Amino acid sequence: MQTQRLLKIAAVTSAAALMLAACGGGSEDPASSAAAEGSAAASEAPASEAAAAPGGEAFAGPVGEGEGQVNILAWPGYVEDGSTDPAVDWTTPFEEATGCQVNLKTFGTSDEAVKLMQGGGWDVVSASGDATLRLIYGDNVQPVNTDLVPSYADIFDDLKMQKFNSVNGVPYGIPHGRGANLVMWNTDKVKEPIDSWAYTFEADSPYAGAVTAYDSPIFIADAAVYLMATQPDLGITDPYALDQTQFDAAMALLEQQKALVSEYWSDYTKAIQAFNSGTTAIGTSWQVIANLALAEGGKVEATKAKEGATGWSDTWMVAKDTPNINCAYKWLDWIVSPDTNAQVAEWFGEAPANAKSCELTADADHCSTYHAGDTAYWTDVYYWNTPTAQCLDGRTDTQCVPYSEWATAWSALRS
Amino acid sequence: MTTTTATPRGFGYRHPRFRLAALLSAPMAWLVVVYLGSLAALFLTAFWTVDDFTGQLVKTFTMKNFQQVFTNSAYLGTMLRTISIALLVTLLSLILALPLAFFMARVARVSWRPLLVAMVLTPLWASYLVKVYAWRSMLQPESGVLAWFLAPFGIQSPGYGFVGIVITLTYLWLPYMILPIYAGLTRLPDSMLDASSDLGAKGGRTFRSVIMPMVFPSIVAGSIFTFSLSLGDYITAQIVGGKIFMLGNIVQTTYVTNLPFAAAVATIPVMIVLAYLFAVRRSGALDNL
Amino acid sequence: MTLSRGTKVVLSIFAVIAFAFIYVPLGVILINSFSTDRSLTWPPSGFTTEWWGKAVENQGVRDALVTSLGVAAIATLVALVLGTLLAFALGRYRFFGRESLSLLVILPIALPGIVTGIALNNVFTSFLGGLTIYTLIIGHATFCIVVVYNNAIARIRRMGGSVEEASADLGANGWRTFVYVTFPLMRSALIAGAILAFGLSFDEIIVTTFTAGPGVTTLPIWIYQNLFRPNQAPIVNVVAAALVVFSVLPIYIAQRFSNADERGGGVI
Repeated sequence: MQTQRLLKIAAVTSAAALMLAACGGGSEDPASSAAAEGSAAASEAPASEAAAAPGGEAFAGPVGEGEGQVNILAWPGYVEDGSTDPAVDWTTPFEEATGCQVNLKTFGTSDEAVKLMQGGGWDVVSASGDATLRLIYGDNVQPVNTDLVPSYADIFDDLKMQKFNSVNGVPYGIPHGRGANLVMWNTDKVKEPIDSWAYTFEADSPYAGAVTAYDSPIFIADAAVYLMATQPDLGITDPYALDQTQFDAAMALLEQQKALVSEYWSDYTKAIQAFNSGTTAIGTSWQVIANLALAEGGKVEATKAKEGATGWSDTWMVAKDTPNINCAYKWLDWIVSPDTNAQVAEWFGEAPANAKSCELTADADHCSTYHAGDTAYWTDVYYWNTPTAQCLDGRTDTQCVPYSEWATAWSALRS
Repeated sequence: MTTTTATPRGFGYRHPRFRLAALLSAPMAWLVVVYLGSLAALFLTAFWTVDDFTGQLVKTFTMKNFQQVFTNSAYLGTMLRTISIALLVTLLSLILALPLAFFMARVARVSWRPLLVAMVLTPLWASYLVKVYAWRSMLQPESGVLAWFLAPFGIQSPGYGFVGIVITLTYLWLPYMILPIYAGLTRLPDSMLDASSDLGAKGGRTFRSVIMPMVFPSIVAGSIFTFSLSLGDYITAQIVGGKIFMLGNIVQTTYVTNLPFAAAVATIPVMIVLAYLFAVRRSGALDNL
Repeated sequence: MTLSRGTKVVLSIFAVIAFAFIYVPLGVILINSFSTDRSLTWPPSGFTTEWWGKAVENQGVRDALVTSLGVAAIATLVALVLGTLLAFALGRYRFFGRESLSLLVILPIALPGIVTGIALNNVFTSFLGGLTIYTLIIGHATFCIVVVYNNAIARIRRMGGSVEEASADLGANGWRTFVYVTFPLMRSALIAGAILAFGLSFDEIIVTTFTAGPGVTTLPIWIYQNLFRPNQAPIVNVVAAALVVFSVLPIYIAQRFSNADERGGGVI
């Protein structure tokens, strides 16, 4: 009697578990087979796939009546609707003008964005370069017909058709804005002007114990950028295309750096507070952090290091098979139109994508502070990209380390 | 004389087993199917892997994740560090809680007790996140409250890191340790203490031989919370931990790209807590939660 | 046992220090809510009531508060029903597996939140198709059940079965007994359990981040999102300070209703 009961309980539990486990993969199977094809193709020779771009055909247009709603995945600060600050709202005017109700979800990292997109239900996503390729090859987004986005014409040319937002001449999104990862220092602690990453990486740094770095696997590329200048015989040309030797060198540099680090940051209040209080003396930062730190009365300065830097340029992408295609395109045009783009760039703290936004910013110097139209500034800025086994710099004689291993290595480094 | 006899009418009354089943069915459905089932599904995922590029689950059985966790010295170090943090927090909470609970139960006036208990409970209502951020502000190496307080003694603030995490977690979980011990102490019958002194024991002896054994289950109950809550915490490490990682951080940073690996890491605190719960079952602590 | 005067003095001093330790960070929060700095640097460079004004007007805070209250209320309700059922089953009957079941019941609280969160997230995203406010409620109800169960079973054990037997002797059937005898005796334990469950759900962040659907913003989520934003961080302090001040009443009520000794006296 008692053994029977025990068996029953065991049976129920294992049945439940098995049922859940089996169903657990259910929704992913159709996508995974398509994705497996996509990734197999990607790892062999994307060039030969020129005929069939991932994600199918772009929407031919014309953009018609809105479907009534659009589901947006975005970085916090990109889609403001007045709830953060009543004066900051470019979403409500959009809803009023187009009738497309915006349902927003923000994410904290590119990895979250990818996972959310894979889950489905979203129409538009603002993806950084370390998410875009995964979305493209994972068959989660469709190519974008740039003719349907009138403001596209005014976007700075050096943002269009980059390695991370286009494949074989097919554009997959609309550029949003860009920023570089700067080296920032607390002028009370660091008495000399800085122009290099050296003090953040070299073991004999006078600021050991007070360095900061960005807390994400993509930061490995920053180590690679430094190695491009200090160890040219490694032969790194693209910090996101690292073969095993180059990758190991970058990880060794990061281990060396870890001993110097006081904190890694992924949110700006932490970084601002750390710099202003002197916990951190020098490290990686964004222009917006420098501006806010100064506004708080901190004594900091920031600049792009002479060895070059990584940066980010986000892309608005459209989900594959979205039912709200018209609203999606309306949003794309809205967000990069001169006025909105200016507002976003100022609120978030980045260089706008639309050249015409520069005349519309409240702060007349915004574009020059953020180097919006300064092409020369961006030549040694390596926008975040997704490392793939197929080397992004075009090398075919070797395999490069894919992002999943970047993530694993970073997790082990941090532990 | 009329007698009122019980007239059991209900089906349920005559069939206690049925009543039991009816009572149990809904909560069991919830706990077993939803909760246990999801834990089992997670555990199962730990034996799978993810495709490198697309991030989709690859459902072939492999021990790779567990191998990775247990052979990499970085992860082993984190495991050890997390366990030591949890143990230290428990110890520290105990050291702070025991005298305080004793004061509340035996020294303070009886009419003050509700007020004192309320004072212990109030911090629980301030948001967990904000309390941790307050500690971040307090632990700041040069300009924090601790630095200012310790400066006259020539000691520096511990800053962010291992010590910061231990202090903050102790602060957060202290009420969970104080209250069970306090309740245990108030339940102590005075007669027993009188008997002890009648037999010739002084205060210290009574404390060691009479009070402590009786309060022990409550202490263990409190320790379950401080230990398990510390074992899985990651937010505190992010905010006051400097560059330190705890097990929870590993899970949190890897679960999006590599769920199987995160699941494998997550099973570690689960196993530890389960082992601890089994070990303390006998001590009666579970009735004192 | 009489304590020596010296011991009493030492303990009293210790208690003062301990309470100071408990309340100083809360004081820091309060002070920061008046600080002019936006990024919580200490000491504050100036004082202002600006943030209190902004917090009251802030739509995001109000929506988050409403969501939190709603989620906590429903989760508590579900937990009341299920927790009480479970408490009766485990408190009044002996059956095989009772001990294991009582161990199982406390697991949602004993196991680390991140494990519960990820497990539920995995099941919800693969099996139910996605996260919504209902998945969040399910997540919260799961650990709220434990709190209600603990309170209920402590009271049930203390009640003993004789009152119910007496009621049956007088001719009442099961339902009548429950409504007129059992429930009134249990009421205060259930209220105490409900208040504690409500409080736990209200401040929960870890399981919440993993189970809340898109657009579902509870107060802890709002705080988590806004601690990151320079313009919002001080408002968060205001919210926290307000929470502490306004929670004194529920705590007092919970204290009146519960008899801490019988429950075991722990927080849950």
